[in-house]
Amino acid sequence: MSEQIILETRNLTKGFKGFTAVDNVNLKIQRGQIHALIGPNGAGKTTVFNLLTKYLTPSSGQILFKGQDITALEASAIAQLGLVRSFQISAVFPRLTVLENVRIALQRKEGNSFQFWKSDKVLERLNPRAEALLADVGLLDFAQATTLDLPYGRKRALELATTLALDPEMLLLDEPTQGMGHEDVAVVAALIKKVSAERTILMVEHNLHVVSQLADRITVLQRGAVLTEGDYATVSADPRVKEAYLGVAADEEVAA
Amino acid sequence: MEFIKSNKFNIILIALALVIPFGVYPVFLMKVLCFGLFAAAFNLMLGFVGMLSFGHAAFLATGGYVTGYLMSNADLTPELGILCGTLASAVLGYLFGSLSVKREGIYFAMVTLALSQLLFFFFLQAPFTEGENGLQGIPRGKLFGFIDLNNNLSMYYFVLAVFLLGFWLIYRSVHSPFGQVLKAIRENEPRAISLGYSVRQYKLMAFVLSAALSGLAGSTKALVFQLESLTDAHWQMSGEVVLMTLVGGMGTIFGPLVGAAVVVGIENFFSGGELGTYIHIIMGLIFIICVLAFRNGIVGEFNKFVKNNF
Repeated sequence: MSEQIILETRNLTKGFKGFTAVDNVNLKIQRGQIHALIGPNGAGKTTVFNLLTKYLTPSSGQILFKGQDITALEASAIAQLGLVRSFQISAVFPRLTVLENVRIALQRKEGNSFQFWKSDKVLERLNPRAEALLADVGLLDFAQATTLDLPYGRKRALELATTLALDPEMLLLDEPTQGMGHEDVAVVAALIKKVSAERTILMVEHNLHVVSQLADRITVLQRGAVLTEGDYATVSADPRVKEAYLGVAADEEVAA
Repeated sequence: MEFIKSNKFNIILIALALVIPFGVYPVFLMKVLCFGLFAAAFNLMLGFVGMLSFGHAAFLATGGYVTGYLMSNADLTPELGILCGTLASAVLGYLFGSLSVKREGIYFAMVTLALSQLLFFFFLQAPFTEGENGLQGIPRGKLFGFIDLNNNLSMYYFVLAVFLLGFWLIYRSVHSPFGQVLKAIRENEPRAISLGYSVRQYKLMAFVLSAALSGLAGSTKALVFQLESLTDAHWQMSGEVVLMTLVGGMGTIFGPLVGAAVVVGIENFFSGGELGTYIHIIMGLIFIICVLAFRNGIVGEFNKFVKNNF
């Protein structure tokens, strides 16, 4: 059973000067699932993400990835273990080309990233793989474009391609459809579904329609603590969840 | 743009550099080359990693003092003297870098400033620097034991070779797998971390490279002027290299050299005349105009113009 749990938190807590943002959170993420973290604004979802990937240091509690305690590791070391995150605001390298963005991710495993005496032409052998990844997210035609010039939805697609270039075992997606138009949301949702085939995904998402489509399991956070957990039907039927959202959840469902 | 990147352009520049000492005073040219290399090394941090160091004078001075002391007292050949100065700056760069790259922005600038001030007072007190007088009459020596560098023309070609080597190394670093990671860090540091890059180690590496090349510039300069003084270690020198880089165009390859030529040229032009006492006011005004009117610097604005019009 324990092998089925890829990521686990034990009494994860984070306090900021007299305010507890994350309060004794115990999460167990099953390998191969899409697990969604939802909750009203300020519930601590992004803080949990930052704790899991060590962009913040927990006040107390433990984080285990594949059974290994990663609580004390550095952010870059966690990424090297195969737990890779995305960001709420699209995280790209704006003044590099689209192709270079993906290549940066592929480059790390080449082990030449400290070689300042070699020409960057050696990176060109990564181009076919980078192009294949771009093709997967429909960006191949933009390979040579400067990333800055891409529309928002495409930047998010690029971010996903870059993340996938690391071939991570587990992905943490922070609001992957945030700020997107209707069509882009559908495209990204389909992409997430596609890449989830061989991976585990933990995502924070406000769009409950997307959550209902994708998530195998949902954890609801409220004021930093776990309110409830279960599949979409269970969670959406829970009166406490509706109350937490002040009825917003029910309305959004109708709207979607 | 294509032309600037082409080999033809480089060959023309090098050919020009080879004949120019017959028309222009070689010591002035050597000063420009030394400061050009110093600014280019500094630009590696500011322009390509996005970190403003305010203590780079420390590396220029360390290179100069170590080379000057060894040339005066250990009877080394100039190439070995310069090598020792460069290595000393690299080691110092590792020490300063280890302490400073954990910080960002203004805090990084302040830590580097504080460390370089520490070193300034060390150089002021230490017996081997001769305090306020500085090291004077540093012998230029004989290159490889047989080329007499006391001839200004021979010295010029030696300095040009050192400059080209340093400049090539900077160009190579910027256009290498390592340089690609540096650009990624400059563009989006949290994202570079999330892709698994230990950003601090890359910053430290860049810092050491930059310090070593600043030391190379300082060592060479000490031989050119046969003098090493506290001016090189003073915080104003750290400011001057910022000025050169910004005037020329930060983040461009040739910007620092152009900036160094402009700043050194203006200083030389005014230092003899009646306006000599106003030199800092003049430099200050140039700095203000640069920041307000053309933020990309001379080379940056030129590149933009070429890109937009051709």
